[in-house]
Amino acid sequence: MKRLATTVLFFAALVTIWHFLCQAGVCSPYVLPDPISVWEYLADLIASGEMFSAMWVTVKRLVAGYALGLVIGIPLGMLAARFTMVHDTIGVLALGLQALPSVCWVPLACIWFGQTEAALLFVVIMGTLWSVTLSTETGMSNVSPIYTRAARTMGSGSLRTLMLVTLPASAPFVVSGMKQGWAFAWRSLMAAEIYVAVVTGFGLGQHLHFGRELQRMDQVIAIMLVIIVIGLLTDKIFFSPTERWLHRRWGTGRA
Amino acid sequence: MKTTAPPAKTNNSVNEELQQLPAAKLSIEHVSKSFTSSQGIVRALDNVSLTIKEGEFVCFVGPSGCGKSTLLNIIAGLEKPDSGEALIDGQPIEGPGRDRMMMFQEHALFPWLDVIGNVMFALKLKPNLNNKERLEVAKYYLSLVKLDHFLHANIHELSGGMKQRVALARALAPNPRILLMDEPFAALDAMTRERLYGDIQTIWQTRRKTIVFVTHNVRESVCLGNRVVLFSPHPGRIREEFLIDLLRPRDINSVELADYSVRITSSLKGYQNASESD
Repeated sequence: MKRLATTVLFFAALVTIWHFLCQAGVCSPYVLPDPISVWEYLADLIASGEMFSAMWVTVKRLVAGYALGLVIGIPLGMLAARFTMVHDTIGVLALGLQALPSVCWVPLACIWFGQTEAALLFVVIMGTLWSVTLSTETGMSNVSPIYTRAARTMGSGSLRTLMLVTLPASAPFVVSGMKQGWAFAWRSLMAAEIYVAVVTGFGLGQHLHFGRELQRMDQVIAIMLVIIVIGLLTDKIFFSPTERWLHRRWGTGRA
Repeated sequence: MKTTAPPAKTNNSVNEELQQLPAAKLSIEHVSKSFTSSQGIVRALDNVSLTIKEGEFVCFVGPSGCGKSTLLNIIAGLEKPDSGEALIDGQPIEGPGRDRMMMFQEHALFPWLDVIGNVMFALKLKPNLNNKERLEVAKYYLSLVKLDHFLHANIHELSGGMKQRVALARALAPNPRILLMDEPFAALDAMTRERLYGDIQTIWQTRRKTIVFVTHNVRESVCLGNRVVLFSPHPGRIREEFLIDLLRPRDINSVELADYSVRITSSLKGYQNASESD
């Protein structure tokens, strides 16, 4: 409770200082608008329903791309851990592409898919895929052979051992890869939305882009705040509880 | 409250599952096995033959590299001999099977499952039971190793001795006819080990399994085995066998037990010195 109060107090202080800086006229509203005008813009956007629809468009793209990235990436990582040939080919490819910031895919995606949803989806998948593949591979190849030996003596077949022993045994690695993949996907989607105007949906990134075009810094900051909140919520709702569970079960890190 | 676990009388398949199966006879016939290592070819087992009777408790003793663990792995079906054969009741061993369960020096429990989840893992492969019955069987074996209050504990929360008792329950749960133990108590402290010597003897007497127990601790082997088989390394061979004619339960600190240990240890030293002077 005390820690929550500290956090709330910190942000209240931050907003207050920001407010007084603006009131004192230290910077013009074109550069840094008052938090009150940011809030007013945000309230309008929420009231008109535009906020909800923009969030929906963005989150839908993110979830679809991220899910596809996982569905492709986890099996790919499993194959790379299992077969030397996959490791030496796809594994090296993954290592190379993971080092490439996924926003670099945007120009190519625009040429390949035009200004469509497919282009955005592609960029998000490229953001997710490689880190998930690599961490799944690392996790699987680090599973202690004693687990698979124990499973075999219990009469477990190879598919069952793979799904119920090797995969859960590599869970700490896979989850940290999923978290990294999520962060990459989120960043690349924002970049793609800012660059690529797609008529089929007006997402948060596009709001950000038009805020700049219109020199509406209250709009820009409001959208940035929404993006931050979505990122925070995902972490608090999904990743933090999963990691806490893993730590408690495996007895790793702090409880 | 202590829950005594004999399962409900009404449940026939559980009772059937918990019935004692006849113990199995093991025959090792002229088994040889080599490995290639950085030092060249290591002959882990060289023409080893051995018969283990139904319900016998046999300990394999010897220095490291004498092939005792290799032989255990061959019986488990985890490794294949280069030549010769290992048979259970006359049937050649083709691979791992639920009639032989194994315990390792590292407990090898799955950290992503709780205590009962680990015991259930082995039981899930039994098609003749439904989940409720499996749960009952798992609870029975966990009470046999005195862990009925820790069903939902996480593995890392248990002490070393408790972990090995869970591993024992997991190995017993599929009701194997042979129990293979690869230095299961080597990593435990002396006090915990002594309690487990008592537990394992009781379980052997009540459940009547054929047990093959690998160790490098001579006293431990005398405390547990009906017979102690002494191995010598390079190449791995059976050197000598000792029948241990002592009443159970045996206390590892007793004088009679020490007599046997002294004899076995001096024999062990004898051929070690001989091989060093070669």
